[in-house]
Amino acid sequence: MTNNPFPLSKDELLAAYRTMRTIRDFEERLHVEFAKGDIPGFVHLYAGEEACAAGIMMHLTDIDRIASTHRGHGHCIAKGVDVHEMMAEIYGKSTGACRGKGGSMHIADLSKGMMGANGILGAGAPLICGAGLAAKFRGDGGVGITFFGDGASNQGTVLESMNLAAIWNLPVIFVVENNGYAESTSVEYATAVDSYVDRAAGFGLPGVTVDGTDFFAVHEAAGEVIRRAREGGGPALLECKTIRFFGHFEGDAQTYKAKGENDYNRENRDCLRIFANRVTSAGAVSEAEISLVDREVAALIDAAVESAKGAPLPSPRELLTDVYVAY
Amino acid sequence: MARKISYKQAINEALDLEMRRDPTVIVLGEDIVGGAGAPGELDAWGGVLGVTKGLHAKHGNRLMDTPLSESAYIGAAIGAAACGMRPVAELMFLDFMGVCFDQILNQAAKFKYMFGGKAKTPVVIRAMVGAGFRAAAQHSQMLTPLFTHVPGLKVVCPSNAYDAKGLLIQSIRDDDPVIFCEHKALYGSEADVPEESYAIPFGEANIVREGKDVTIVSYGLTVHRALDAAEKLAKTGVQAEVIDLRTLSPIDWDTVIESVENTGRLVVVDEANPRCSIAGDVAAHVAQNAFGALKAAPQMVTAPHTPVPFSPVLEDLYIPSADAIAAAVTKTTARALAA
Ligand SMILES: Cc1ncc(C[n+]2csc(CCOP(=O)(O)OP(=O)(O)O)c2C)c(N)n1
Ligand SMILES: [Mg+2]
Repeated sequence: MTNNPFPLSKDELLAAYRTMRTIRDFEERLHVEFAKGDIPGFVHLYAGEEACAAGIMMHLTDIDRIASTHRGHGHCIAKGVDVHEMMAEIYGKSTGACRGKGGSMHIADLSKGMMGANGILGAGAPLICGAGLAAKFRGDGGVGITFFGDGASNQGTVLESMNLAAIWNLPVIFVVENNGYAESTSVEYATAVDSYVDRAAGFGLPGVTVDGTDFFAVHEAAGEVIRRAREGGGPALLECKTIRFFGHFEGDAQTYKAKGENDYNRENRDCLRIFANRVTSAGAVSEAEISLVDREVAALIDAAVESAKGAPLPSPRELLTDVYVAY
Repeated sequence: MARKISYKQAINEALDLEMRRDPTVIVLGEDIVGGAGAPGELDAWGGVLGVTKGLHAKHGNRLMDTPLSESAYIGAAIGAAACGMRPVAELMFLDFMGVCFDQILNQAAKFKYMFGGKAKTPVVIRAMVGAGFRAAAQHSQMLTPLFTHVPGLKVVCPSNAYDAKGLLIQSIRDDDPVIFCEHKALYGSEADVPEESYAIPFGEANIVREGKDVTIVSYGLTVHRALDAAEKLAKTGVQAEVIDLRTLSPIDWDTVIESVENTGRLVVVDEANPRCSIAGDVAAHVAQNAFGALKAAPQMVTAPHTPVPFSPVLEDLYIPSADAIAAAVTKTTARALAA
């Protein structure tokens, strides 16, 4: 360990990289498959934001709950949702995480503490207060994390939830993934405060802003607020300043971005590259070990796409099932 | 002069014409211009599906992008309407009513009555409705019955480009709050639409096909399914009359009743879920008011009592099909044929 200046073991570093690489490859592959016309519906890709999901989720186990967003694939993967089931869901197949009934915007796996991607902006914040409340009553030390974008941060549900979590001292973390845009609208236009830390203060919550392209910064800041919440110290807000590499959804021409913005970000602000450079140049992980992960992940994604394409469609009777638990 | 334009263009044109005519008309919603505060182009989106594209160049800051705060901006549109403006607010997907319903249900809908007739709230809330986009349970619903249930709201759902233009113009001029439902699967559909301005009065259904054997009542996308069914039925010698309600509140009972009195049979087609639906409402009204004319029990063809599924194979079963409509018609004619 002499060459490892990081607060994580070599195995943990490789695990973090594997999570981020899995998310990246999953999303890059969807981008390609979507363009072929094989994937139905709306797909919102998380590429560029991997360090946020990975850095936060490394502190969680299955008893901890997360409430995700429309841009949820990265949260799912980092929380341990099966990649094959996710892919099959996105293809609308019966082997999918939601048996093909939810699609990209609604992937959930409650057994993993993943309470669902969500098509309604801000909807996760009240739900995660419920998760925090349940954890408190059960006394199991579980925490709840709700993710929302800079855009969704302006939903009443989010603001009400911050107050609720504060007065009830819930073990809940509000994570703003601030990628600068809500669809085509900039955060500068839509959000009145310059820093979400200021907003948190207005609700009596401690807040911290980190560079969301820096895995280690996210990991450290998340570790602190999560530990505090677990120990009964109450809710907090974590703002991750991040980047969305693709359009809002697949098919978005992105004319609202600056010329060359995507290229610049891919070149200079790619959280995966930044991570790989840091750990390899410190000598904590070798380049060979990184490329082994790359190859394994590439094979996993290939297999997931292959099996999703070959998987059976839902049978027509599935249309009518599972509206209620009991009829 | 009429020319062929799409449903989407027709809506754009109606907004443009009304903004020219009346300076109190303002348009607000999420990304309706697009690119606000961003480094790239302005009018980058013109709405999530480009319906308001180009209007910013003509009307400038009378189009306002909003934060993702539906309670606040839908409510602000309602408040501005109560103060003399004629705002047209875009709610993107009607499913998002969930986050702002109080402003619609307890505020806009109630002012006129609750304030003893002294208020008026000429707001239009435009939103996409309906399934078929593989957009799953939270972006595909036909929630029209939730709004028709509420006294004080008007509910409009055009099935074609001509109606979209005329009904939107009427909606903007109307002094009551209007929920203007745009079926997303119809945006590309074209019709002959006059260039000039015209308003289609509320509460006037359109008989889109005449027939003597059965009355099929519908609105929105399923009008087209009903027409397909009528086409098929014609080959078997059954002449279906197809009525497009166009506005659900107010609703043109007279046209429906008159038609059923001629045909003796009723099939109502509704993309909404069946319980407490437009279909149930029309069937009940006809049963109560034209019972003597009925030769068979009214039939309802609706979405099933389920959320909208994602998988295309399931979603295709969800929306009432021409076959299902034809089968329902056959149920109403079966007895007559047997007799
Ligand atoms: C209540 C609600 N309003 C509007 C939308 C439409 N919508 C989906 S994603 C989106 C932008 C979200 O921006 P942000 O919260 O910053 O997340 P990002 O897409 O950047 O990850 C909008 C307006 C929605 N899904 N739900
Ligand atoms: Mg954003």
